[in-house]
Amino acid sequence: MIKAVETNGHASNAEHDGGHVARRVRVRILRQDVAGGESYWERFEVPHEPNMNVISVLQKVAAQAKSQDGRAVAPVAWDCSCLEEVCGSCTMLINGRTRMACSALVDKLLDESEEIELRPMSKFPVVRDLVVDRRRLFRSLERVQAWVPVDDSYDHGPGPRISPREQEDAYPLSTCISCGCCLEACPQFTKIEVVRRDGESEADFVKRRKAAFDAGFVGAHAISQSMLFNAHPTGGMIAGERLETLTGQGGIQVCGNAQNCVAVCPKSIPLTRSIARAGRAATVWAIKKLFDR
Amino acid sequence: MAQPRVLVVGGGLAGLAATMRLAELGVGVDLVSLVPVKRSHSVCAQGGINSVNALTRQQGDNEWKHFDDTVYGGDFLQHQPPVKEMADWGPRIVDLMDRLGVPFNRTPEGFRDQRRFGGTLYKRTAFAGATTGQQLLYALDEQVRRREVEGKVKKWEFWDFLAPVLDDAGRCRGAICQDLVTMEFRAFPADAVVLATGGNGLIYGRSTMSMVCTGSAVSRAYRAGAAYGNGEFIQVHPTAIPGADKLRLMSESARGEGGRVWVPRKPQDPRDPRDIPEADRCYFLEERYPKYGNLVPRDIATREIFDICTTDGLSVEKDRLCVYLDVTHIPRETLDRKLGGILEIYEKFQGVDPRSVPMKIFPAVHYSMGGLWVDYERSSSGGMVEGAIRNQQTSIPGLYAIGECDYQYHGANRLGANSLLSCIFSGLFVAPTLAAAAGATAPVDRRLFEATERREEERHRALLGRTAGDENPYDLHQQLGGLMTRVATVVRRNDQLEAAYGEVCAMEERWKRCAVSDTGNWTNQNVVFTKALGDMFPVAKLILKGALLRDECRGAHFKPAFAMPGISATDPAGQRREAEEWCDRFEANTRKWLKSTIATCDSAGNPEISYQDVDTSLIPPRPRLYGLVGADVIEEVWKERHATADAGGTAAEPRLAAAAT
Repeated sequence: MIKAVETNGHASNAEHDGGHVARRVRVRILRQDVAGGESYWERFEVPHEPNMNVISVLQKVAAQAKSQDGRAVAPVAWDCSCLEEVCGSCTMLINGRTRMACSALVDKLLDESEEIELRPMSKFPVVRDLVVDRRRLFRSLERVQAWVPVDDSYDHGPGPRISPREQEDAYPLSTCISCGCCLEACPQFTKIEVVRRDGESEADFVKRRKAAFDAGFVGAHAISQSMLFNAHPTGGMIAGERLETLTGQGGIQVCGNAQNCVAVCPKSIPLTRSIARAGRAATVWAIKKLFDR
Repeated sequence: MAQPRVLVVGGGLAGLAATMRLAELGVGVDLVSLVPVKRSHSVCAQGGINSVNALTRQQGDNEWKHFDDTVYGGDFLQHQPPVKEMADWGPRIVDLMDRLGVPFNRTPEGFRDQRRFGGTLYKRTAFAGATTGQQLLYALDEQVRRREVEGKVKKWEFWDFLAPVLDDAGRCRGAICQDLVTMEFRAFPADAVVLATGGNGLIYGRSTMSMVCTGSAVSRAYRAGAAYGNGEFIQVHPTAIPGADKLRLMSESARGEGGRVWVPRKPQDPRDPRDIPEADRCYFLEERYPKYGNLVPRDIATREIFDICTTDGLSVEKDRLCVYLDVTHIPRETLDRKLGGILEIYEKFQGVDPRSVPMKIFPAVHYSMGGLWVDYERSSSGGMVEGAIRNQQTSIPGLYAIGECDYQYHGANRLGANSLLSCIFSGLFVAPTLAAAAGATAPVDRRLFEATERREEERHRALLGRTAGDENPYDLHQQLGGLMTRVATVVRRNDQLEAAYGEVCAMEERWKRCAVSDTGNWTNQNVVFTKALGDMFPVAKLILKGALLRDECRGAHFKPAFAMPGISATDPAGQRREAEEWCDRFEANTRKWLKSTIATCDSAGNPEISYQDVDTSLIPPRPRLYGLVGADVIEEVWKERHATADAGGTAAEPRLAAAAT
């Protein structure tokens, strides 16, 4: 193994291979074998390919199932599906930043550091390696009733007329892929890990976990979804119920206005605009409630 | 069973539509999915959803024409009643999705905007930016979440469908599934099971499909006895972005909004594409298909792009096959508003702004027209009888299939923006059928499940014990994908197909020597992947065998040895004679090959192929003449023959009568 410096300026591990230098990609992964287990670092090295992303690195790591020092190890577990940044599966901490692994291009990462660092999200319980349990994220969508409360799915003609301006306002909010980046970056969104007790029934455990989630911050994604549905002519028919949630425990008042959420959103959703709108609507709602008493 | 219960496997558009409607009908639903349902592959669909609408109606469009475009585009290989029913439901379905809050693009007056898609001359396609699949999926996901809160639906996310459970009479009474986190097995008794598990692009290694599209659930049903229809019909999408891990889709809507496909006339012209003048560019689709231009059906666009690169040697790059897809002449503001989502994908993954530089694209495996064979009950008006127990039922009673994993709607080639429609339609339409089935079954003995559960546990344990093998499942998967892409995509040759069949059989043997590198029983993705890989071989084999036996060209299935070239004569008499011969040959071919390929799995896992006649009673098959030399003469001869046949009363023309209803 010979250390070489690539012509494009950044150092990388490389080996001589029939006269030309084959680049290698080095990656350091924070692993954890089971939920609640100890975490540990493991290093891997895979051949470099043009246009590579972090997913292809992980695919190669899985295929070789060997650590950098040649030990046979279990393949790293990670979540992914669409590989085009629209399914929201592959969120992880890459070189310390929360982002989607599919759109994280290796050459750019190697411009930052010699070695790529991968860690699981820190705000969700680790299931294994880079896989985390994000069900709390979906529970938040239930809490704010993120849906249009239609009567049924039978034919009642078209939906309400919508102006292009309203559509252009709603569409970006509706592109939220539930990746959780905004939650990972939020100082107010802290990890809630509920472990099943010995002898506890499945139903009791689920109930207790739900209660724990409901005491926590709903998160920027859910606040933004509330604003999406409150702005819809039919969705807005239950605007008050959503505002009731947002003014309750774990609601909008928890937001510390750090604005990290909007900075890390892979879909560039105007989350802080949604939060500002929600804040104003919540204030109006609270005052209205005061006078309606 | 006191409380009727249905097991829905797969939470994409079809599975969610079925679940939503079932919950409304008071049927309890267990919804099993490999991923949280909001992350299903439907999320990747971009361009839009087709239906007749107020605007196209006033331009002469109607449901019958949508139906006609669909069967013509599909080269008449689909049974017509289900397609007619789907086209009839189109307007209702788009209205429903509109009510559910899908942010469809709007006209200045606030109506839904529409764009034109391939294989039609009408602007039938409603769209939400360039992420229509995502938006439709989210709307259904939200409704199902609402029903889940109400306790009508129970989701089982990160669960794998392993096998249907059949009773002694051969009826499906539930399934065995596995938790992908704890790896525990569980029996799901159900009055009916419906598979909504999508396509099988991973059999081709890299495709436009998501990593979950292994086709394993369908393969497991096939091996349990469900028949598979038209497996050899695989859609290769004309425009995708080549990538090492995946071929990312570049939606047909890029062309629907005016995008143009071209190559430099000079092979590998070194100039910046922006500096190549019009005269030096070959807009080959527009030149060869003046009527449809860049919006010819997908199979044709794909073959033309493939040909111009391989046969004509005009690929933009020397080492990598690709052509230009150019949207740079369209105003940036329009591009951002209507195509933002897909242009961002290009920009993010290629590092080039497609608003100012033409994109480089190439065809990629995209959609499985084939899938589980399913039944239907024909209505007196030529559609389907709603609620009939046979609708969408596989050859295993009690086991149903909907969405991309059935074979029913797209024949030999799917039209763009028809898949979102067929998924939602089949999901909604199957619900009353399942509700009826749920009311009709007798109680089931739980012991029935034990044998299948034990077998699956045994299979799993055996895999975990395989640590000493010399085969790597990931490498083997790449080899399978490479082989399938070489021989069973755009151009097919019998010698290659035959050799490939043998190679796949050999790979299947090698699979038995795959070593698993993870022997644990917690989130073991390694063993789950190895299992899914093993399930790809039976389906790969039925694709290859179906393709090998079908000696003709139809839709996406193209065998040059059996192509019917256009007319070469230049004198009118010669042209006429050739056109007559062409029509004779077409009719002979129709008699021989206008049949669904039906594959059933023998005990060794090999396909047995038979053929089933296609119900073409509503629209008689006619030649698909897009861009053929001498098409006008052939069409004239064809029409004369049919006028004669009609006058003789042998073939009634149903078009006017049906269109008037």
